[in-house]
Amino acid sequence: MSDQLLWFATRGAGIVSLLMFTAVVVLGVLNVSRWQAPSWPRFLTAGFHRNLSLLALVFLGLHIVTAVVDPFTALGPAAALIPFASSYRPLWVGLGVIAVDLIVALVVTSLIRARLGQRAWRAIHWLAYAAWPLAIVHGIGSGSDNLAPWMLALDVLCAALVGVAVMWRLMTVRSGSPEVLQQVVAEVARPARGRTVR
Amino acid sequence: MSDRDRLGLQVDRIRCDGAGLCAELLPELISLDDWGYPILAPDAVPGHLRPLARQAVDACPVLALRLVPRPAPVEAS
Amino acid sequence: MSGSAPLARLLAGPPLAAGAESFTAHQARLGPLPAIDGAVLISVLESSGLTGRGGAGFPVGRKWRTVAHAAGDWPVVLVNGAEGEPLSAKDRALMVTRPHLVLDGALLAAEAVGAGQIVLYVGEAHAAARAAIGRAVLERGPRVSRRVRLVAAPDRYVAGEESAAVHFIDTGDARPTAVPPRPFERGIGGRPTLVQNVESLAHVALIARYGDGWYRGAGSSGAPGTALVSTSGRDGRTTVHEIEFGETIGSVAGRLGTMADGIQAVLVGGYFGGWIDGRSAGSMPLEPAGLRQAGASFGCGVLSFLGREACGVQAAAQVMAYMAAESAAQCGPCVFGLRAVADATARLAAGVAQADDLAHLERWTGQIRGRGACRHPDGAVNHLASAMRVFGDEFARHQARRGCTADGREVRAS
Repeated sequence: MSDQLLWFATRGAGIVSLLMFTAVVVLGVLNVSRWQAPSWPRFLTAGFHRNLSLLALVFLGLHIVTAVVDPFTALGPAAALIPFASSYRPLWVGLGVIAVDLIVALVVTSLIRARLGQRAWRAIHWLAYAAWPLAIVHGIGSGSDNLAPWMLALDVLCAALVGVAVMWRLMTVRSGSPEVLQQVVAEVARPARGRTVR
Repeated sequence: MSDRDRLGLQVDRIRCDGAGLCAELLPELISLDDWGYPILAPDAVPGHLRPLARQAVDACPVLALRLVPRPAPVEAS
Repeated sequence: MSGSAPLARLLAGPPLAAGAESFTAHQARLGPLPAIDGAVLISVLESSGLTGRGGAGFPVGRKWRTVAHAAGDWPVVLVNGAEGEPLSAKDRALMVTRPHLVLDGALLAAEAVGAGQIVLYVGEAHAAARAAIGRAVLERGPRVSRRVRLVAAPDRYVAGEESAAVHFIDTGDARPTAVPPRPFERGIGGRPTLVQNVESLAHVALIARYGDGWYRGAGSSGAPGTALVSTSGRDGRTTVHEIEFGETIGSVAGRLGTMADGIQAVLVGGYFGGWIDGRSAGSMPLEPAGLRQAGASFGCGVLSFLGREACGVQAAAQVMAYMAAESAAQCGPCVFGLRAVADATARLAAGVAQADDLAHLERWTGQIRGRGACRHPDGAVNHLASAMRVFGDEFARHQARRGCTADGREVRAS
């Protein structure tokens, strides 16, 4: 019975963290697109993006710990840290391990952003677009009810939300956003470059 | 507030690209011009607004906003 | 002061039309480079009251003292002959005719601040100036020429700004950088850098020989010495004259044969300066403090005369369009703000003003000032503010779309 409990906990925590991380990605896209509404200022988007990612990390931690201690899976801590080291569905679990590594990198660099510097932080943050699909694929491949209709529906929902957000971002150019500034720069100003002569 | 504790807001004008989160979080000291770029109050940040000012500095997506020492202006005699 | 022949100090010597004064002629006329101790020279410069001639007017002696005492590796001297201001021709005139005055000043500066290297930063469009000063360096022999580097400054307005100059020499990108630290603290290669205009250095060359008392013997007590000015007017030609500080604009106009009451307004200081209306210009003394109070500035010594038949709004619109296009486009208030200002003034000039254009211009001059990384947007809006003051009636006329002086369709109404 307690085995079942752990297994429920693993799957439950995994699904919740996936839903939360999906929301985090969507909020991240809204953030960089500078979306806002009269009653929804931008610092709310930024704040939710940050706080929800930390909460999702808690559920992710729960998902990993319950999976590792569960005697039924016989995963052992090594499998949680080293990709493809598990004996249970090594490929799918391994992709999840990679996703976790990426997420940890995202969170840690964000917490030390001021010390790390803007350029390095931004470069690493692009990995979010790698981490999230890996999480989805990990879920599809390794869950025991991965092919249940309701689980697939959830996967489709998450993919749709992120897909729509990214499409919207690519198609919308907002005034004052960095794209517009680049356009203005190209029209209005020629970069002042030259050559040294002896 | 002794001279050593006085802090003021400063923005790196080249890094700033008009995201505007600073003005949302600290409207008492930061407003936006017609193009979305911040206009900062020049005086020292009052004590009760310091925590908000630090939040605004953290919130800047490009780390352009800073809190820097701001000694009191010398009165001309 | 007035009525006598204009005092020539920098421009003394052989006729300017003869081209560059050679090293031998320079030494024959003025003697060798004075072997004056660096610290002594700095004190002399401080008591002379010599101010920088690149536009900011910062006291030269104080700047040298700061660089000399700056912590860090060997300083560098950057001789600023970029002259990006379109109405200014004095720096290149000086380099073409008196290059050895400039080089003397540069060598004295290097000695005083302890610099091993001198960089000559001359506008790439000013080929004659670069050639002349390059030849002058070679005339000095290898001991000098191996310490001197000649760099062509890109033909952009902001390329002459001191942090832009340093940035270009370090990275090839002549856009201003965020300060602090200023170049005198950390400049080329991270070393303290003395950025000094060519004319300032030419004055140093003479002060080192004749002393601070001699320098103060000309000009006025508040603004001692002489200065070069570039004058232009209807005919589009630019000429360079040497004046004593305190000489009136009317007196300079008289030298050009331009009658003071035929002038509608004068632009003093260049695109970075400000307008003064024709009536006050006649008796307005050319000195930094008085000009600042009148809403203009001495700047880089530009005097551009606008005749009665010209339109002040059109002149302002042309300058705004230029300043907007010359923005380094690094800061929002400058790139968006100047563009908005240029568009609005263009509409006013063309007689198609929108209802709130003039009101917007007044609002924007306040909003844009001081909010760029460099002073470029400040220069532009200060120019605009002075234009709106001096040509207030004309701006109102254009806002109401009631014609333009230049078209001769002036409406004679209250």
